[in-house]
Amino acid sequence: MSKLQESLLELVRRTSAELPDDVVSAIEASRAHEEEGGAGAYALQVIHDNIDLAKTASAPLCQDTGSILFFVEGPVGLDQIAFREAAENAVRIATEKGYLRQNSVDPVTGHNAGTNLGPGAPYLHFEQHRGDTVEVRLMLKGGGCENVGAQYALPDTRLGAGRDLAGVRRVVLDAVFQAQGKGCGPGILGVCVGGDRATGYEASKMQLLRPLDDRNPDPEMDQLERTLVDEANRTGIGPMGFGGATTLLGCKIGLLNRLPASYFVSVSYMCWAYRRQGVRLDGAQDIAAWLY
Amino acid sequence: MIALDVPFTEDKVRALKVGDMVNITGTLYTGRDAFHKYLHDGGEPPVPLLDQIIYHCGPVVVREGDQWVVRAAGPTTSIREEPYQGDILKKFGVRGVIGKGGMGKKTLEALRECGAVYMHAVGGAAQVLARRVTRVKGVYLLEELGSPEAVWELEVKDFPVVITMDAHGRSLHEEVQAKSRLALEGIL
Repeated sequence: MSKLQESLLELVRRTSAELPDDVVSAIEASRAHEEEGGAGAYALQVIHDNIDLAKTASAPLCQDTGSILFFVEGPVGLDQIAFREAAENAVRIATEKGYLRQNSVDPVTGHNAGTNLGPGAPYLHFEQHRGDTVEVRLMLKGGGCENVGAQYALPDTRLGAGRDLAGVRRVVLDAVFQAQGKGCGPGILGVCVGGDRATGYEASKMQLLRPLDDRNPDPEMDQLERTLVDEANRTGIGPMGFGGATTLLGCKIGLLNRLPASYFVSVSYMCWAYRRQGVRLDGAQDIAAWLY
Repeated sequence: MIALDVPFTEDKVRALKVGDMVNITGTLYTGRDAFHKYLHDGGEPPVPLLDQIIYHCGPVVVREGDQWVVRAAGPTTSIREEPYQGDILKKFGVRGVIGKGGMGKKTLEALRECGAVYMHAVGGAAQVLARRVTRVKGVYLLEELGSPEAVWELEVKDFPVVITMDAHGRSLHEEVQAKSRLALEGIL
């Protein structure tokens, strides 16, 4: 097995079994807000126990190990074909080892090859940068939360949402309301304002690569992120939709230029089992540092 | 916390109400999309389902020597079984359903009529729930439906659930949705 493949396999294993520290901290902090003895507090207790068990046992935190999404930043000249091959091998081996469920099927026949490999699986997104390091981030996103994602085209007369940030606020809160507990909340939203139907959704997912405790450099977006979390938590949907104070753990908003004719707001909902890890590789393609 | 043994009885079930936290000990039968469609299309249940519990779950089960071992066993989204669930409750006398996300009006009405409950397990908690499975007692329709969709007979001890739809016509899902709609109108 090549060094790169070995490093990527370890990235997959850890992503499936261990939530990043920023997510664990946010879940722990939310427990203080739930009414003692209530169903919301109970759900968070089970979630807490599950996080510990999965880490100790190095076993999948959730049985739905989700879509496998790699985000790679590397220097000019990074061999993307070789990288993809290494990532595919790592995914195949991770599936054999049980880090990942056999989770990728033919869209029409439903046939499951049992390898997690096939058209579109795994997904790899490459970016170049001027430095000489390679950073690889991995997200595993389950089907329950992916199913409650939503895309809105403003204006939306049904929701009274115009083509401005007040309209953005209305449709994002509608997405939270529509999701109720079905996305395995408390959830984290990745939002993109602008772009087209494809780039908007992609950018909304990439917002989920941001650490939960970071701040948006754009003060207006930073304010909107905070407002949306606060307002979503006032709906009372609560953990698992059982009712309670914690509906969202975070909201991250990014912007893409749009066509004058289009005004899309794309919302990706991430479940509490927010599996996201990243590594910086050294020159020998060993793991030099963990990014979260 | 209420401790309940399976098989359930109508009396036990009618005593449960929305919000109750229950630990179940006894046998659960997994069944998800393909099994519900199979029963709906006239298939015979491989085991008697009278007073039993169907768990919406596609577990990760591995073979170790001559034993099946459950590696992960969280709930899957229940609403996909909404077209079938009510009829299956009535036809076979199923006393409870475990899943996540809740179900709709047709199932709620069938729960009331039959004296059955919908129980919510915590979604994503695959490890906590797998550890409450003490033994795999058997598997049915494995060849026909494939491993995740097969009917796994699981022996469980203190399997944790919350009653979110009871036998008296109450649904926590409907209530939370209605309250959050009002709250949202207030915010906007």
